[in-house]
Amino acid sequence: MNLGISATEFVSQAKVGTISVEEFVAKTLDRIKLVEEKVHAFITVDNQNALAKAKEIDKKIKSKDKVGICFGMPVSIKDNLCTAGMKTTCASKMLENFIAPYDATVVSRLKSEDAIIIGKVNLDEFAMGSTTEFSYFGPSRNPWNVDYVPGGSSGGSGVSVSALECLASLGSDTGGSVRSPASFCSVVGLKPTYGLVSRYGLVSYANSIEQVGPMARTVEDVAFLLNIISGYDSHDDTTIKNDSVDYTKDISLGISGKKIGIITQMIGQGVDQEVVSATNRAISKLQELGAECIPISLDAVEHSVAAYYTIASAEASSNLSRYDNLRYGFDFGTEGYEFKAFISKARSNFGPEVTRRMLLGAFVLSAGYYGKYYLKAQKVRAMIKAQLDEAFKKVDFLISPTMPILPFKVGEKIDDPLKLYLTDINTITANLSGIPAISIPFEISSSGLPIGIQLFANSFEEKKLLQAAYALHKTTHLPEVPL
Amino acid sequence: MTRIGLEIHCQLTKLESKLFCSCKAEYRNLAPNSNICPVCAGLPGSLPILNKKAVEKAAMISLALGCTIPQKIGFFRKNYFYPDLPKNFQITQYNAYGPTSIGSDGKITIQGKEINIRRIQLEEDPGRLVYEGKSMLTLVDYNRAGTPLVEIVTEPDFETPKQVRVFLNVLADLVENIGVSDPYLEGAMRVDGNISEGDGNRVEIKNVGSFRDIEKALHFEMTRQQSLLERGIPVVAETRHWDDARRITVSSRSKEEEQDYRYIPEADIPIVLIRNESIETIKKQMPESIVAKRERYVKKYGIPAQVADVLSSDRFYSDLFEKSHNEKNAKEVANIITTDLLSYADTREKKLELKITAQHISSLADSIMDNKLTRNSGKQALQEMVKTGKSLLDVMASLDLGHVSDVNSIEKIIDEVFKEEEKAVTEARRNPDTINYLVGKVMRKTKGKADPATTLDILRKKLSS
Ligand SMILES: [Zn+2]
Repeated sequence: MNLGISATEFVSQAKVGTISVEEFVAKTLDRIKLVEEKVHAFITVDNQNALAKAKEIDKKIKSKDKVGICFGMPVSIKDNLCTAGMKTTCASKMLENFIAPYDATVVSRLKSEDAIIIGKVNLDEFAMGSTTEFSYFGPSRNPWNVDYVPGGSSGGSGVSVSALECLASLGSDTGGSVRSPASFCSVVGLKPTYGLVSRYGLVSYANSIEQVGPMARTVEDVAFLLNIISGYDSHDDTTIKNDSVDYTKDISLGISGKKIGIITQMIGQGVDQEVVSATNRAISKLQELGAECIPISLDAVEHSVAAYYTIASAEASSNLSRYDNLRYGFDFGTEGYEFKAFISKARSNFGPEVTRRMLLGAFVLSAGYYGKYYLKAQKVRAMIKAQLDEAFKKVDFLISPTMPILPFKVGEKIDDPLKLYLTDINTITANLSGIPAISIPFEISSSGLPIGIQLFANSFEEKKLLQAAYALHKTTHLPEVPL
Repeated sequence: MTRIGLEIHCQLTKLESKLFCSCKAEYRNLAPNSNICPVCAGLPGSLPILNKKAVEKAAMISLALGCTIPQKIGFFRKNYFYPDLPKNFQITQYNAYGPTSIGSDGKITIQGKEINIRRIQLEEDPGRLVYEGKSMLTLVDYNRAGTPLVEIVTEPDFETPKQVRVFLNVLADLVENIGVSDPYLEGAMRVDGNISEGDGNRVEIKNVGSFRDIEKALHFEMTRQQSLLERGIPVVAETRHWDDARRITVSSRSKEEEQDYRYIPEADIPIVLIRNESIETIKKQMPESIVAKRERYVKKYGIPAQVADVLSSDRFYSDLFEKSHNEKNAKEVANIITTDLLSYADTREKKLELKITAQHISSLADSIMDNKLTRNSGKQALQEMVKTGKSLLDVMASLDLGHVSDVNSIEKIIDEVFKEEEKAVTEARRNPDTINYLVGKVMRKTKGKADPATTLDILRKKLSS
């Protein structure tokens, strides 16, 4: 049995009984057992329930009962999405044993379509990081070379899909957290338009910019998942009441006659030469498919990293203040502490990156600095949005490399936060402006490391974006993961 | 000159659910932490869903206080650590970056004094700390967390603590009248004050339990500041707490004031657009104001101003009046309610216990006007109806309250009285002013049923013969 098939392929076979769901899930669990010590994608694996659920679905298929459209597809979930009855740790000591009393909307939608939640996957603590090294449970590793980082913060999602430990995964993308591991692990990852997918049950880090995003091996799989998780949710006031769209329909329509803007700021200085060459080859492929490519300058992008870290940290400092260990958390004596001492002692258990961002966030919001930092960052955000609005008057899509550099070694940049922050420069534009962006696995470098290409579209144009991504992905011939 | 400003917190107790979730807005008398859900308990991953009805109710308060409602309202987070705050921030409104709170720049005139309203904002109430005396424990009950609260901030326009009390009474009547809050529920309306003397520093007063106490606290503080200034000692800008037991204000640690709330827009709640049409709709739904009501009572029914004042400012009794009166008996109904009924039931609890209905009051008024019942008997009948809820006819029968106006019966009773009260009769013949004593005797014998006019008539005749 081939665990490397696409989710779409799995569904079409499970539906007609040529794949036994139970067997597939059991094999997947075996695979997890085999590769986990090398890649460490999972925080929790739900062996028993996964198998029981698989049996149940097989029975339903055999007796021709109504079965959800996922037909028992094993899916991993980033551990900052709440799952009733299963731990949701956010890879933090603060929530080491936290079990949410409810499912995130995206999780309940998957469950009601008979997806099997096979486990919860690793991330940087509270999704703050770009490498998954800042996990309380230790780093995840890149299946293409385990000495290298898998990207992040949804590293566990990228790794689990890439290492054939599941068919698809849900991550969350605050500054590139879905697209970075998609690029580094050679899978497809989509950051939907802000408001398209419910955030109910996503543990907030920077709530004005983050979205839940699907990750899978093909663009079609991502479209399939988006069909399930997107749409208005009465538990999230920021979701949009749009007509429902079938993102898989007409996905192979092609991009002939479409206009694509090459973001000059994202392909110039500081970008790895191999990444630049790969991007140029992607542009040529798109031209061969009938698209017209022109350079587009978005000079506000130069301020985007500063603006992003100001806004995200400010929101983080507020969102994470609830973790005071008063109502839930870890064992912690109260003896001898007055309230403020108790709070600061409890909060000293956050990891270094979370602490850094909360301090930064509290600073930029404090009296006297708000205008200087936070408001200015909001101005940059508005400027980026305005420049994108202008750009999308001229072109249908924008293109850039997803990551300006190749995956790097575990530990290589962990002591240099600024350098790490700068690796987000190509992805955060989509978060600050709310527009959708997708990372498509495109090439493998001479050193054997994945390179992803990023496409952007205007808000709520996911359908069009997925068609373009599908066309580009079809041009690639990528090797199997060497694990 | 003394300048006093107020911050009033008023819960929207008439709402079904909390401000951001579907838990009950009425949290009183529930087992601790039984009225909570992932949203109001601030569990990871939960998101607030704005209760649109709360926005409407807050808009009603804004309109009633003459405030401007902006075209867009937004919410902010006020960040501070406190155990009663599940998220360690409070979702509230903030106007520092342009007006986005539900109301601003209002005005209300009270006894000829204009009080300006700076701002009205909609926010969530925190939970409650419960101190367990014996165990020395501080416990937290989150049942109240997320209850819709409106904060009303006045300009420092009050000159005396008494003006403050009058204003608060009017405000309490007002929120009750427009049906957004029951201000007499425990904790439903809370007041903080700020006060300064002349050019002196401003002092905030917090922790005041009731309306009566805010007047006392302000009075104490005013005297304290005046005596400091008389001695040439400057007033320190600080927050002082009202010590209920000692009846004085006490300085709180000054550190608390330096708190930086690090306000940040609440991105989980999109900006709410308030269209002019919605404001018009709310205006139409607003009940008649107390002032307009009072005027109508005076003009339309000729109800005395003082009676109209009492009646219009109490929502419960004005509702009862509206249901029980007609063009003819309005004055009598108003009289029954304000002079008799009000004395039986002046508190919320007592009002709820009343068994009397509009129908009772209406027929009582009619009977008195038709001379079927004396006022005196009317009082007795009312008392019985309040207790039992029985119909007026039943009550009149069981208490034997029928009016005695037939001349023969009254003459007989007067003859009896004349026999028993020879001295008083002689006195009354000499001095007609003392006749009332005899009227009283007749009334006692008839248990108040004798028609006073007829009785007096016959008495006069008999005395002069
Ligand atoms: Zn609740």
